[in-house]
Amino acid sequence: MKYLDEFRDPALARNLLARINRLVADRSADEPPLAIMEVCGGQTHAIIRNGIDQLLPDAIELIHGPGCPVCVTPLNIIDKALAIAARPDVVFCSFGDMLRVPGTGRDLNSVRSEGGDVRIVYSPLDAVNLAEDNPDRQVVFFAIGFETTAPANAMAVHQARALGLDNFSVLVSHVLVPPAIEAIASSPTSRVDGFLAAGHVCSVMGTRQYGPLVERFGLPIVVTGFEPLDVLEGIRRATAQLVEGRAELDNAYPRVVSEPGNVPAQQMVNDVFTVCDRQWRGIGMIPASGWCLSDRYAEFDAETRFEVGTIDTPESAVCRSGEVLQGLIKPNQCEAFGGQCTPRTPLGATMVSSEGACAAYYQYRRLDGSPAEVGVG
Amino acid sequence: MAEPGSGAGPGNQPVAPDFANWSCPLPLRNHDRIVMGHGGGGRLSAELIEHLFLPAFVSGVDDGGDKAGAGPVELHDAAVVLSEGLAPGERLAISTDSYVVRPLFFPGGCIGDLAVNGTVNDVSMAGARPVALSAGFVLTEGLELAVLGRVVESMGAAARSAGVRVVTGDTKVIDRFIDGSPSAGRGDEGLYINTTGVGVIPAGVDIRPTRAAPGDAVIVSGPIGLHGVAVMSQREGLAFGTSLATDSAPLNGLVAAMVEVADIHMLRDPTRGGVAASLCEIADTAGVGIAYEESLLPVPDEVAAACSFLGLDPVNVANEGRLLAMVAGADVDIVLAAMAGHPQGRQACVIGRVVEDHPGIVVAKTPFGATRVVDLPLGEQLPRIC
Repeated sequence: MKYLDEFRDPALARNLLARINRLVADRSADEPPLAIMEVCGGQTHAIIRNGIDQLLPDAIELIHGPGCPVCVTPLNIIDKALAIAARPDVVFCSFGDMLRVPGTGRDLNSVRSEGGDVRIVYSPLDAVNLAEDNPDRQVVFFAIGFETTAPANAMAVHQARALGLDNFSVLVSHVLVPPAIEAIASSPTSRVDGFLAAGHVCSVMGTRQYGPLVERFGLPIVVTGFEPLDVLEGIRRATAQLVEGRAELDNAYPRVVSEPGNVPAQQMVNDVFTVCDRQWRGIGMIPASGWCLSDRYAEFDAETRFEVGTIDTPESAVCRSGEVLQGLIKPNQCEAFGGQCTPRTPLGATMVSSEGACAAYYQYRRLDGSPAEVGVG
Repeated sequence: MAEPGSGAGPGNQPVAPDFANWSCPLPLRNHDRIVMGHGGGGRLSAELIEHLFLPAFVSGVDDGGDKAGAGPVELHDAAVVLSEGLAPGERLAISTDSYVVRPLFFPGGCIGDLAVNGTVNDVSMAGARPVALSAGFVLTEGLELAVLGRVVESMGAAARSAGVRVVTGDTKVIDRFIDGSPSAGRGDEGLYINTTGVGVIPAGVDIRPTRAAPGDAVIVSGPIGLHGVAVMSQREGLAFGTSLATDSAPLNGLVAAMVEVADIHMLRDPTRGGVAASLCEIADTAGVGIAYEESLLPVPDEVAAACSFLGLDPVNVANEGRLLAMVAGADVDIVLAAMAGHPQGRQACVIGRVVEDHPGIVVAKTPFGATRVVDLPLGEQLPRIC
C-alpha cells in the first residue's frame, strides 16, 4: 500500500539494522549503552508493536519517554473530569482512550455506567456540533494532548465563540514536548544521550524550538516518524551522531516536517491558548510545560464554569514512574510493580498505557519470567 | 353517516348526534411504528407474528429431514425439533448470543443476518450441524415497522441460506422513556435481537479448547478485520468512505466439510476482540502457547489502511464470517484442501502453531523477526489519540 508498505519493509529494516550494528561494532562491552529516548508514545507503540527494541544491538538502549498524553495527564485533572462528567446537566466529550484512565477510585467509563452522559468523539468539532444541537445542555470537551491535537482543539473553541455558544467549554490539559525534553536533559541523574523528537508534534510546531536545546545540552535531537523504518532511521542517525561525537538537530522525517511547521495552526493555537505550568503524572510539575486557555477565551474554561478548580489530588507516593521514565530504574525495581500496580490497577503513567515501560515489562515478565533479560529501555 | 368535518354545520349550528349510525372508533391498527401494544401479547402482537415474522421465517427452508416447523404452522408455546431423536454418539450443541450492533445497517449486512449467522457460527464451532434457531426481539417504542421488516427479512434470508429454521420467537417492547429519561436506544434504532441455536454434533466429532495441542497448526479461514472496519466506517462521527463490506456469513457448511476429512481439534469464530482475543482465550483455557507470524495474517489492504489511521490492530478487529481452526500438523493439507472447496474457505491459510513454550500466552512474530506478547484487550477497542 502506497505510503505504508514502503515504511514497513522487512528487507529495508534489516539493512538499517545492519548499518546500526556497524556503527556500534567497535564499542566495547564494558562501555555503558547509548541511551536514546524516543519522546512520543506513538513511537513507543511502533517500537513495542514491531519488537524493534529486541532487534537493536546491546550497545543501544531505548528509554521510553513521557510522550503519551493519556499517561501523563495528572490525577487531579482526571478527577476534575470525573466530577464534571457526573453532573446531570453535562454532556462530557472525550477521545476514547481517556475513558479507562483511572482517577481516584473510578474512571470515565464508571461515571458513564452511573448515568453520566459521557461520549466518545473523534474530533473536537463534533463536540461543538453537539453543543449547537443541544442548547439546553452543557457540552464539555476534554482537551488533552501534545502540540499535535492542540490546533484542532483550539479551532473548536474558536468555532464555539464564532457560533456564540454559551453551553460549550473545554477542560484543558495540554502538554508541550520541548519543556519535557528540557526537564529530562537538565535532571542531574539523567542517562539520556540523545532524543528522537516527535515527528507529528514537529509537523505542527516546526523544528526551531529544538536547536537551542541541542546547543544547551550538547545532545543530538533527531526528528523522527512513526513507521518502523522511520523509527530505525531516527535511531541510526542519533547513533551515528553519538558515535562520531556530534550533537546536532537532524530532521529524519522531512516528508512530513518542515522547519517552520504549520504556521496557520500555530496562529490558531497562540490565539486560543497561553503557556502555563503543568503537572505531569509520574514526573511532577514542569514549569511552562503546558497550554491553558488564554484570557481572551477564559469564559470557555470548564474548570471555572463548574467550579472544580479546587480539586487537588496528590499522585501516588509509592509510584516511581518518574525514575522509570528517566531510565534510572527498571520497572521491577519499583516496590509496587506487579502487586499494587498492574495494567488493571495502574498507579502511574508508565503502567497506564499498554506501551508504557512498566506495562511492557509486565507483559514480558509473563512471557519468560526473567524480566531482567529483556531490555525495556 | 355524517361527512368528515361536518360535526358543526354551516353557521356553526350544532347538529344533533346521530346515535343510530354511531360506532365506537376502532383502535388504530395500521401503525407505521412500534407501539407498546406490539409487545403486549394481544392482537397487535399476533398481527406482528402473522404478517411480519411468519412470512419471513416459515418459507422455503430445506429442513434437511428435520420436521421442525415443516408444513402448516401450528403456533404453540414451544417448538418441537429433532422429532426423529438423536443417533448413537450424536450430541446436542446449544449457544445463545444477543445482538446490539449500531448502526443497524452497514455495508454488506445488518443486525438481522448478523443475529442468524453469529449464532449459527457459534453452534458450528462445536462441530455441530445447526438445526433450529430462536429469535427474541427487544424493540423500543417508536421503531419504524419498515425497519423491523427489513431486519426480519434479512434474518429469514440468512436462515434460508444457512439451511436453518427459526422455530420460535418472542417480542417485547420497552418504553421510550423510563422515569422521564430516554431509555436505551433511540426510537429509530431501538432494536435488539437475541438468538439461540441448537445443533447436532455428529458422532466422532470432538471439538473443544483443551484439545488444542502443541504441534497443531493454526488456520484462519480467510481475510480478517472486514466486519469491524465496515461497521466502524458507518459509525456516527467516524464515517469514512470504504468499499469494504462485512464478512458476515454462515460457516456451518465449511465446518461440515472440514469435520468430514479430519479430526478437527478446535474451532472458534473470532468475533469481538478479533483473532487476538480468540487465540488468547484458547491459549488460556487449553494451557498451551500459541505463536503466529504477522506476515502470514491475511489482512486486506483497506483493512490495514483503516486500522492504520484509526490506531487499531487488525488482530483486534471483529470478524463475523471467519473461523480459526487447530488441527494436527499432519492434517493441515487435507483440511486446507477441503476448505478451499467451500466459498467461505477459499483463502484459508496457516498463520501459526500451538507450542509447548509460554503456556497460556500468545506470541506474535513480527515481520522484522522480533516477538511480542499479544494480550487480551481490556475492553472495547478504542482509537488511540497518539
